[in-house]
Amino acid sequence: MTESQSPTLMPPIGNGDHVLGPSTASVQLVEYGDYECPYCGAAHAIVQQVLSRMQNRLLFAFRHFPLSQIHPHAERAAEAAEAAGSQGGFWPMHDMLFAHQNALSDVDFARYAASLNLDVERFIEDLSEKRYAERVRKDFLSGVRSGVNGTPTFFINGRRHDGPWDLPNLLTAVEHAAASPVR
Amino acid sequence: MPDQPQTTSNGTYSHAAASKSEALPPGTQAPAFELYSTPDQTVALNDLQGRPVILAFYPADWSPVCGDQMTLYNEILPGFRPFDAQLLGISVDGKWCHAAFARERNLHFPLLADFEPKGEVARAYGVYRGREGICERALFVLDDAGVIRWSHVSPLGVNPGADGILRALESISTKEVVDR
Repeated sequence: MTESQSPTLMPPIGNGDHVLGPSTASVQLVEYGDYECPYCGAAHAIVQQVLSRMQNRLLFAFRHFPLSQIHPHAERAAEAAEAAGSQGGFWPMHDMLFAHQNALSDVDFARYAASLNLDVERFIEDLSEKRYAERVRKDFLSGVRSGVNGTPTFFINGRRHDGPWDLPNLLTAVEHAAASPVR
Repeated sequence: MPDQPQTTSNGTYSHAAASKSEALPPGTQAPAFELYSTPDQTVALNDLQGRPVILAFYPADWSPVCGDQMTLYNEILPGFRPFDAQLLGISVDGKWCHAAFARERNLHFPLLADFEPKGEVARAYGVYRGREGICERALFVLDDAGVIRWSHVSPLGVNPGADGILRALESISTKEVVDR
């Protein structure tokens, strides 16, 4: 790794990822995040704005990076998002979790699943069987390999974004990548 | 004395902040040290011979970020285990500051206090910023004989992550397999 290049996302966005936007988009934005992290909570709103401004020019993917040593509910919340995802409800649950960062207990997750009209029994069973713990772990490890250095960490077209991620700066970085796509 | 000329390990003079080029390069024997890791215990580098060591120099405890560098490495610790690598964090903060920080972030590896003489170990490794009186954000991976096999200085504002550390550990363990 040369010092002038920031680390590379590994693996690139693929079939297993949760994505928003068209795969043909000229810009790919990946976020590694933690549902109990307040910075990720702030970033959630920012990403939504970026998505709305970029429309179909952006492909966004979210991968889990729970900091379980300091956020006791983060790992479980990630599993809840995956369990919801297995029923087609990843993004609604993802939004729900960020909207309720102070309420991330198992009881809360079941309530959210119910309000999203998911099969709650199956959802609860998936969580207690830890069916998606491995998937969350895989996301985490891919983040480590990719050079994730905190939460949230963003990768734009496969390169870690080391600048600020407030709306103006993140939008500028994404627009810049759109104007000069490197494939 | 940050304002006076300091002789670095290769005999050159450096005044203020260490630049990337001054961090000890691969192939160098890592300078020995013994620093407080808790208010009443020390860690001596020589005691760790026989296993790889990761030295993570960083500017200061208590940065207001969730996933700051030490918190991040704490999460990644299981990833270092297969290599039997010992991680040590080093800053110029005092041992009581480290104790409070480690407790608050639930850290499971030692934080060493390069406190008195201030920054002496960081200077020995070429990673002391004399003007600000803090360590560079610098990583060193040592093999089990205490030789530096990889070093990297990151801009102060950029947490370097762990990907470089893992690649260095892999390359060391591959070589050791080959050499047997």
